[in-house]
Amino acid sequence: MSSEIAPAAPSAADIAKIPPSLRTLFFAFAKMSLSGFGGVLVFARRAIVDEHRWMTAEEFNETFALCHFLPGPNIVNLAMVFGARLRGITGGLAAFAGLLVPPMLLITTLGAIYGHFGQAEALRQGLAGVSCVAVGLLASVVFRMLTPLLKKSDIVGLLVMAAVFVAIGLARLPLQEVLLVAVPLSLAITYARIRWAR
Amino acid sequence: MSGDDNPLAQLFWTFALISLFAVGGAVAAIPELHRVAVEVRHWMTDKQFADVFALSQLSPGPNVLIVTLIGYSVAGVAGAAVATLAMCGPTAVLSYVVSRWLSNARGARWPALVQAALVPLSIGLMAASTWILGLASDQTWRAFALTVVAAVIASTTRLNPLWLLAAGGCLGFAGLL
Repeated sequence: MSSEIAPAAPSAADIAKIPPSLRTLFFAFAKMSLSGFGGVLVFARRAIVDEHRWMTAEEFNETFALCHFLPGPNIVNLAMVFGARLRGITGGLAAFAGLLVPPMLLITTLGAIYGHFGQAEALRQGLAGVSCVAVGLLASVVFRMLTPLLKKSDIVGLLVMAAVFVAIGLARLPLQEVLLVAVPLSLAITYARIRWAR
Repeated sequence: MSGDDNPLAQLFWTFALISLFAVGGAVAAIPELHRVAVEVRHWMTDKQFADVFALSQLSPGPNVLIVTLIGYSVAGVAGAAVATLAMCGPTAVLSYVVSRWLSNARGARWPALVQAALVPLSIGLMAASTWILGLASDQTWRAFALTVVAAVIASTTRLNPLWLLAAGGCLGFAGLL
């Protein structure tokens, strides 16, 4: 997750020239999605850049950076934007459907099993153990994202982060209201600091 | 909000609105999903929410599929489909439009500025997600210890998280938590 947006690299000689078919797009994204335990991004990068050579690493970073700052699930946005770049709007839809439909069927089946047996003690206990670990994994993601801020001793960034944590996590304020204050404020601070640094 | 009688319309509007404010991805939206599903709409209990999160982590695919399970528990298979589409569709269309528009303005400096401004916000949101899910999951000190151990292992090694999830499942199944 680079914070820099790389300029569009001239397409390397080994980047595929012929855009993939809709079918290929659908199945490629279905495969990435179904191998993606705990996040699909790693698998998406591997498939798009290394395996199929549909994009250079720079183009991928640029596309991901765009999808990261737009609202919504990043990887779903990426599938749509990426598919549309290769094959227009239908390509976007094929990648979108490939990414979502197969794992959705799988997770709905799991949901149905949970609905029937969710009260069974053994399953409840097993799932409780899984959720403890899942929370730990989430904490480690937060820690990894936090490291650059700590290294730069970015006090302002850390304060903004802490304020959002208190407002959402402790005070349980609605997301919309918090963001309507926090986004313009953070933008203003960031802009002022860039101007100041010059 | 419109359509308060029809659960599918309720699901659609709830998730479409949340997705438009989900800066930093699906995990950053968890506090809001929790607030709406547990506290506002009473679709599920705190414990069920933690279970649904655990299931979504066990299953492959994007993290956003937690909304599929919330939708399923409200209105069955149709609810699952509507919730997923509402959470993913509008923002995917928005991304498509913005990317088309940006391809004409490549090299502009403001996307990097917006991103730098949003990074601390998304970390704060994800920390809040961790806190809320931790309150729901870590009811005993053993459960809390398991969370801490998992966090340390995941932060310091490159072990596939699936092994940690499986180990947690086994410990819980054995009644050790």
